[in-house]
Amino acid sequence: MAMKTKKRGKNRLERNDRLVRLALLVIAFSAVSVLLVITVFIVQQGTPIMFKYGLKSFLAGGNWYPSEKVFGLWPMIVGSLFVTAGALVIGVPFGLACAIVLTEFSSKNVRRVIKPIVELLAGIPSVVYGFMGVIILVPFIRQTFGGPGLSVLAASIVLGIMILPTIISISVDSLQAVPPSYREGSIALGATRWQTVKMVLFPAARSGIIASIILGMGRAIGETMATIMIAGNAAEIPRSLLAPVRTLTSNIALEMSYATGEHREALFATGVILFIIIMVLNTVANATSSRRRRQP
Amino acid sequence: MTRLRLARILLAIGVAFFPACRGDQSQTDLTLAGSTSIQPFADKWAEVFMEKHPGLGVNVQGGGSSAGIQACKSGACQVGMSSRELKGDEKDLVEIVVARDGLAVIVHPSNPVRGAKLAEVKQIFSGDLRRWNYLGGPDRPITVVTREEGSGTRGAFQELVMGKTRIFRGAITEDSNGTVREIIAQDPYAVGFISLGLVNEQVRSLDLDGAAANEENILNGRYKLVRPFLFVSMGEPAGLAKEFVDFVLSAEGQALVKKEGLLPIK
Repeated sequence: MAMKTKKRGKNRLERNDRLVRLALLVIAFSAVSVLLVITVFIVQQGTPIMFKYGLKSFLAGGNWYPSEKVFGLWPMIVGSLFVTAGALVIGVPFGLACAIVLTEFSSKNVRRVIKPIVELLAGIPSVVYGFMGVIILVPFIRQTFGGPGLSVLAASIVLGIMILPTIISISVDSLQAVPPSYREGSIALGATRWQTVKMVLFPAARSGIIASIILGMGRAIGETMATIMIAGNAAEIPRSLLAPVRTLTSNIALEMSYATGEHREALFATGVILFIIIMVLNTVANATSSRRRRQP
Repeated sequence: MTRLRLARILLAIGVAFFPACRGDQSQTDLTLAGSTSIQPFADKWAEVFMEKHPGLGVNVQGGGSSAGIQACKSGACQVGMSSRELKGDEKDLVEIVVARDGLAVIVHPSNPVRGAKLAEVKQIFSGDLRRWNYLGGPDRPITVVTREEGSGTRGAFQELVMGKTRIFRGAITEDSNGTVREIIAQDPYAVGFISLGLVNEQVRSLDLDGAAANEENILNGRYKLVRPFLFVSMGEPAGLAKEFVDFVLSAEGQALVKKEGLLPIK
């Protein structure tokens, strides 16, 4: 009798275990299937119109007048790339400098204070960045350099600040992951701190740093709210840093509310292009970080 | 015990996600959908109408003129709201002008330019006229601000001012009357267009073809930028829809419109 109860108890535990495993499996796959559903939906909604009006005119056309059925995404593709490149020009030097200072030229206590603060930057909602941009940066640019203020420059600066936490925290992690023996060896050979950083640590942490930059780039290219507020959204290839610009993401969010019919499909097509660009970036990021894992 | 708590949490989530199920006004007898420019006024009409007819539910939704017209055609709503004229295959709907709205071309208050010809406004927005000194202003480039494609306000401006000419693609594009006004209030060399009822002391409206943008000039026909606010329906409105439209067109309904900054139909 005692044996039987014990056995039944064990059976129940096993059954519970199976149930939990099944439940977790379902939950885990529901996350993946959401991605699948999104992909299928965007592609299904967005691709027919691209082929209807011709892939070439869709991607390389310079005019975006959806009400006249003229769908050229080229200015927005170029715009996204410009703004992202601008963000990197601003974010990468500052981010890397900060990461190097935090790992090599500061005490543990300083690092313990600064790093969480930097990571807190990532938690500020993008609409707040956009608002600060509109209130402070845009009038400053207009008064100092002329032009409307809403510009490639303004968007680059704000996005450059927004990608700092990504670049700094991943770079710090990968610089710290360099084995101490490298650093010690270099110092023992008579190299200065800076020479050590430049010639030993940086090459050793290179793939991690590249991955941090690519992830920052992904954030910059996907940012919408802040860009809409400060970039000016003119659907034209900007002629200067002070000219307004429209990115792929702003194009969708700006016109989504009233779009119907083919206009709506064209916005989905914009999403498809954005999706492809981001997939490429993520694949590159994964490839570089897996290379890091292979060579310890 | 835990199960009970779980059930309570689920219930709370359910209630939070379906606010419509909570109140007693779940019943909808009449649905209006369409232009976000008309929506705030329709809300006002609906509010007063429901006060007069307790127990009836009038539901007003946005979505934009085109979406409202489509919804009306498909039967998703009884009355559609459009802030632009019907075009092409939409013409089979019955349209009723319920109010009119002026469009103001606005500049920064410090701008010395007081007025312009409509033809000049057209040239500014087509990108042919790039500097203020042609209009007697400072020798500075004009910052042109427009609305996004699909907006009813842009549609009306396109129709009333631009005709077949395109608004040039280098124009700054914003997605609401409010942001357009905000940008122009900040930039001394900017120009844009918004609903006349939304002009405030932050910006100044230009005189067009010699007529100031005000109610008097619109009523006597000298100020040309006027767009109708339309209710559309499949066939003549009947039943509750007719009652609502009649209320909107009544002296009381029109007085509400006037109070909110729009122009009555007559």
